[in-house]
Amino acid sequence: MRKLLFESLIRPPLTERPPRSSDAAVDELARALDGIARKRLGRSLSIRAIDAGSCNGCELEMHALNNAFYDIERFGFRFVASPRHADVLMVTGPVTKNMREALKRTWDATPNPKWVVALGGCAKDGGCFAGSYAVVGGVSEVVPVDLHIPGCPPPPIEILKGLIALLDGANGKAGASKG
Amino acid sequence: MPVLSDLIDAGRRIEHHAPWPRALVSPKAWSLAVEQLAYGRWSLVGLWGEPDRVHMTLLDEARDIGVISLDCRGGRYPSVGQHHPPALRLERAAADLFGLAPQGLPDTRRWLDHGRWGVSHPLAARPGGPAAASSYRFLPAEGESLHQIPVGPVHAGIIEPGHFRFTASGETVVRLEERLGYVHKGIEGLMAGAPVEQAARLAGRTSGDSTVAYSLAFARAVEAALGVTPPPRAIWLRALMAELERLANHLGDIGAICNDAAFAIMHAHCGVLRERVLRAADAAFGHRLMRDRIVPGGAASDLNETGTGSIRSLVAEIRQRFPHLVELYDNTASLQDRTVATGRVKVELARQYAAGGYVGRASGRDFDARRTPGYAPYDQLAFDVPVLQEGDVNARVWIRVREVEQSLSLVDQILGRLPAGPIRAEVAAADNAADGPREGMALAEGFRGDILAWLRLGADGTIERCHLRDPSWFQWPLLEAAIEGNIVADFPLCNKSFNCSYSGHDL
Repeated sequence: MRKLLFESLIRPPLTERPPRSSDAAVDELARALDGIARKRLGRSLSIRAIDAGSCNGCELEMHALNNAFYDIERFGFRFVASPRHADVLMVTGPVTKNMREALKRTWDATPNPKWVVALGGCAKDGGCFAGSYAVVGGVSEVVPVDLHIPGCPPPPIEILKGLIALLDGANGKAGASKG
Repeated sequence: MPVLSDLIDAGRRIEHHAPWPRALVSPKAWSLAVEQLAYGRWSLVGLWGEPDRVHMTLLDEARDIGVISLDCRGGRYPSVGQHHPPALRLERAAADLFGLAPQGLPDTRRWLDHGRWGVSHPLAARPGGPAAASSYRFLPAEGESLHQIPVGPVHAGIIEPGHFRFTASGETVVRLEERLGYVHKGIEGLMAGAPVEQAARLAGRTSGDSTVAYSLAFARAVEAALGVTPPPRAIWLRALMAELERLANHLGDIGAICNDAAFAIMHAHCGVLRERVLRAADAAFGHRLMRDRIVPGGAASDLNETGTGSIRSLVAEIRQRFPHLVELYDNTASLQDRTVATGRVKVELARQYAAGGYVGRASGRDFDARRTPGYAPYDQLAFDVPVLQEGDVNARVWIRVREVEQSLSLVDQILGRLPAGPIRAEVAAADNAADGPREGMALAEGFRGDILAWLRLGADGTIERCHLRDPSWFQWPLLEAAIEGNIVADFPLCNKSFNCSYSGHDL
C-alpha cells in the first residue's frame, strides 16, 4: 500500500476539467424551475438513483461519475441511499409495469422541493422497448420529469453537464439569464 | 450410458438448425433426458417455451450440445424442475409467458408476471385476460426468534431492482429468497416479428454490462441460421471487443467487491483502470460500452491505427498498475478476513446448476464457452481457463484477477495477428426463403459466463422466435445457497462477488 500511496503523491491528478453545462439542458431547466425552489436549494444536490427498468447501461455510467476522473462530489453532488435524503431522483430505463408502483412510491417518499432527471433514451420515451406489453413507456408517464439527459447510455461527461445545468438553474444563475 | 446424440437421432430431426442438432422427441425420451440431468450426468444449458412447445438445450458428458423439443398437448408437459431444480425458474418463466403447464412442478408461483401486465401469457397463441394481482408467498422459515428483512426492489446503491427476503436469526441468515422480474421488458415479445437489425439492437440492450457478449451471441446465432461466415477481420475484432468488455467488468468488480469490504483504495484504483478501458474502447470503436458495434454478418466499426495505439497503451498501463493492486489485495489481512471462507458455493452445487463464469470456475466447474464448444478466433489463440475449488468470495476475486491477465494476453495476441480485409458480410435471407424457417443458436462467453442465444428466422427474414438465456439464471439460485449461515452484513459482499444480472435474467 505504501508504494501506491507514494506514487499518488508524484503522479498528476486524473480529474477532468469541469464541463460547461449544455445550453439545451439549461433552457429546459430554466423553464422547469420556479423562483421559490431556487432560493430554497443550496449549492449541493443529493441524488437518488432509481432503475425503473433499465438494461443497466445507464447505471454503469452513473457509477463512473464517482471515479477519480469525474469525481462528482467536487460539484456538490452526491448519491444518497434514501429518497428521504434526496433532492433529485435520477431515473433510468423504460418504466416497466412491474416497477411502476416502486417508482411512484419512491417519488412520493421524496420531500419537496424535488426534481426528476430522466437519464438515457429509454427514460425519455421507452426507447426500443416502447410498445411492449410489459413497459409503461418513458418516466414522465409515471412522475413529472424536469430534465432529460439523452444517450444510450449518456457518457458520464454528458450526465455531469446536465447536472451542472440543474444546479445552475436551481441557483438562479442560468434561470435569470435564460429564463 | 445414454448419449445425447442417440436421443436426438431417435427423435424427429429438425432441418435447418445449426450448428448443433435439434429434434422433436417423445415424452419418454424427454423423461430420459430429465433423468440424466437429475443424475448429474448431463447439464441444463437452457429451457424455453413457445406456444404449445417446450425446448431444452443439453450438454452431455462428452460435452456434446443438442436441443430436444417436446409438443405440449393442451399446454402440458412433464416438469423438468421437479427432478432437476435448476430448471425451476425457467419453467416458471415459460409458464408466465406462454401459459405452459409443467406437470409436477413443485413451485407454481408466478415468476416474471407480477400481475401488472394487463394480460396473462402474453406470448401464447391466445393471450389471456389480466392475471389477478396477488401477494407473493415467500417460502417459510420456522424457528425461534427468527425475523425477516425485506430489501428492494429499489436498493440503496446504484444497482438494478430486485427483492431480497432475508430470514435471520440474530445476524445469521437462515434463508434468503430472491424475487425477480421487476425489470421484465418483454424483450422476447418485442423480437417476435422484428427485422434482424432491430432484434440485434434489442439483444444488445438485454444486459448493459454485457452488450458486446449479447450482440455476439445474437449475431452468431443469426449467422448460423443463414449459413453466413463473417470476414476474418470481423471475427477477430469481435473477440477484441469481447475481451475489452471482460477487462472493464472484471476490473470494476474487483474494486467494487473490495469496496464492500470497506477497502476503498482498491475501488478507486480499479475504477481508474476500468475508466481507461472504456476510454480506449471509445477511441477504438466509437462507444464506451461498444454498443451496436457487433452486428449479424460482422462488425459495425473498424479499428484504425489510433484505436490500435490506444488499446496498446491501455494494455501497457494495466500491466504496469494491476500487479500492485493484486499484491495489495493479497497482502491486506483485514480484506482477506472478509473474503476468505465467505459466501461459499459447494463444488457439487455449481456442477448441478451448470453455473458458468467466475461463479462456476471458482467452485471447480471447468467450463468456458470460448474453449468448449469453442468458436473462432479462440481456437487459434492461447489462453488458460483458471479454476479454483474453494468457492468463496476470495476465489471469485482470484478467478477475475487471473482472467484479467488472460484477457490482456488475448488482446495482445489479437492485435498482433489481426487480419486485414472487409469487416462485414451480407446477411441475406432471400436465397433461403424457399426452404422455410431456419434456426440457429450460439453460446458466447460473456464476462459473467456463457450466454445462450437461440432463434428462428421466418421465410421473410424476420425473427419468429428468439430466446436469450443469461448466465445469471443458473447463478442467482446459488447466491441463495452461498449466503446461508453467513451474517447479514456479508450479503453485499457475496452479492457483489456474484454480480448477477437483473435485466439479463428478467428479459
